[in-house]
Amino acid sequence: MIELKNVCKSFILGGEEIKALDNVNLSVKKGEFVSVIGPSGSGKSTLMNILGLLDVVDKGEYVLDNVVIKDAKDNTLSEIRNKKIGFIFQNFNLLPKLNALENVQVPLMYRGLKNDESKKIARKYLEKVGLGAREKHLPNQLSGGQQQRVAIARAIAGNPEIILADEPTGALDSKTSNELMELFENLNQEGQTIILITHDINVAKRAKRIVRIADGKLYEGEVV
Amino acid sequence: MGKTISIFKEALKNIISNKLRSSLTMLGLIIGIMSVILLVGIGNGATTNVTSSVKSLGTGTLTVSINGESDTTIQYEQIDDFKKITNIESVAPYKNVSGTISKDTTTSRNSSVLATVPEYINILNLKLEAGRLLSNIDIENSSKICMIGNSLTDTLFEDSKIKDIVGQSISIEGDKYTVVGVLTKVGSSMGTNIDNTIIIPFTTAKYLKSDMSINNLYVKVSDENNIEATKSLIENYLERNLQISSDYYSVTSQDSMLDTMSDIRTTLSLLLGGIAGISLIVGGIGVMNVMLVSVTERTKEIGIRKSLGAKRRDILVQFLVESLILCILGGTIGVGFGIGVGTILQIFGFSFNITSTVILISFCSSAVIGLVFGIFPAYKAAKLNPIEALRTE
Ligand SMILES: Nc1ncnc2c1ncn2[C@@H]1O[C@H](COP(=O)(O)OP(=O)(O)OP(=O)(O)O)[C@@H](O)[C@H]1O
Ligand SMILES: [Mg+2]
Repeated sequence: MIELKNVCKSFILGGEEIKALDNVNLSVKKGEFVSVIGPSGSGKSTLMNILGLLDVVDKGEYVLDNVVIKDAKDNTLSEIRNKKIGFIFQNFNLLPKLNALENVQVPLMYRGLKNDESKKIARKYLEKVGLGAREKHLPNQLSGGQQQRVAIARAIAGNPEIILADEPTGALDSKTSNELMELFENLNQEGQTIILITHDINVAKRAKRIVRIADGKLYEGEVV
Repeated sequence: MGKTISIFKEALKNIISNKLRSSLTMLGLIIGIMSVILLVGIGNGATTNVTSSVKSLGTGTLTVSINGESDTTIQYEQIDDFKKITNIESVAPYKNVSGTISKDTTTSRNSSVLATVPEYINILNLKLEAGRLLSNIDIENSSKICMIGNSLTDTLFEDSKIKDIVGQSISIEGDKYTVVGVLTKVGSSMGTNIDNTIIIPFTTAKYLKSDMSINNLYVKVSDENNIEATKSLIENYLERNLQISSDYYSVTSQDSMLDTMSDIRTTLSLLLGGIAGISLIVGGIGVMNVMLVSVTERTKEIGIRKSLGAKRRDILVQFLVESLILCILGGTIGVGFGIGVGTILQIFGFSFNITSTVILISFCSSAVIGLVFGIFPAYKAAKLNPIEALRTE
């Protein structure tokens, strides 16, 4: 369902070219739970940005759900993002002025759903992540783990093809992050495709498949 | 539609959560719109006033004035000859003479003395409140009598009743003048405030160091339809018979005065509207500034929204709606304040005249300002790169 073929991405910084992704090949099938592990600066976030259509490749090809993503317009990318991608970020990235329920509604709203429709769906997913009783809470009235649950509800509410999580447990203690990983495992058991980026090997091991990244190069498996 | 509701809800939320900033931004617009309403209203009121006083002259009246620097003017004795011009019904020469007016120990400083003939009263449509009008006999005898404007009854005869004033005397330059009549209140008209004027017989002016030359006169024509022809005849007469060069006199009809008035009115409205417009633009720049700050502050939010599938248009509309709400709210308050202050001015005697068109225009211009000055910040927000936006804190 996801195909990266010979993907390169580099940045020019101070006249020097940094190869953030160097000839990367990756194929992820529907229903897979893949974790990407690598040290800081290895290109993990760059990979996630490309997979999540926030950025485009310099060279190579990205096929998402049988569609080649190339030279697409900003608005087209937004539309695909809205329908097929669910993002989960390290620092949750909830909208601070919206309550939990409204935050989950946002992607549904951009899809054009009516308010009561999106409310119904959002409520369902908030309950699914165990926050049914907190829908009126603002992000700063929730704990980190709860905020990340809201973010997960927001990511899965639109029924995306794939969930991209960049260090979702990075800001949480081990107990909370354990609970979150259980949530991810449950979602995956229901058939949700997940790509999880982390530099914590214990987190990475919870996935069915581990991919390693170092200096922009991708390797299959836990160790070389 | 869920999107529309949430866009308005969030715009309001943002405006309310930054109360101080929003109200200061709106203040610029409030002042701008208020000054539009006030300046245009006062300008309108003033010109309406003058126009109505021009109209009070009645149709069929010509105003003749001869510049004081001219070597020759009409002498009082020549008036009878002047009257023979075809289509002239009556002629009212008048002149302002200087003189200190007092009554016992009271001196009136801002009143003026006008020397004229009975026809003047007719042409200007002045009415008596008590006593009698100026008569031709007063003119023949150069009597030391006077008629006084309504406000002078208070200034000079503090406690007396109006009917008791008739028959009393006042002093002009130390000479005694008997008050024969009191005029009704008329308000200011044609640059002279009749209410504050003392009218004496034209020929009496000679006692007040004034000669009998005439520089100003009103002419009433018999047939209004031939007023332009009469105007030419008068101009001919002034040039041929009296040798007054055309640079030194003017003969104006009420129509041409009204034309001039409407020119002045347009210019005044444009001028005042322009000044107010500038203050509106300043207000608009304030809105733009605040919206730009808001975009910078909310860069992260924009990044999050884009990652969740917001298109450029969604972001654009969101910021545009916010600046629109700010401006329309400011505009509405401004219109309210403008009308309020205008009404208070009216109570204090200023003339203030505002039409619904002006209100509508100011209202719309506040919306236009919201759009014009909101579009750049909104566009800037819409085209932010999502990755960079997400990376900001
Ligand atoms: N916008 C950019 N401009 C210049 N260089 C960049 C940019 N984004 C990423 N890089 C560089 O690309 C490389 C990969 O960065 P990336 O953010 O993908 O690393 P990462 O694996 O996510 O690291 P971390 O674990 O610290 O988040 C780094 O060397 C980084 O400096
Ligand atoms: Mg990273």
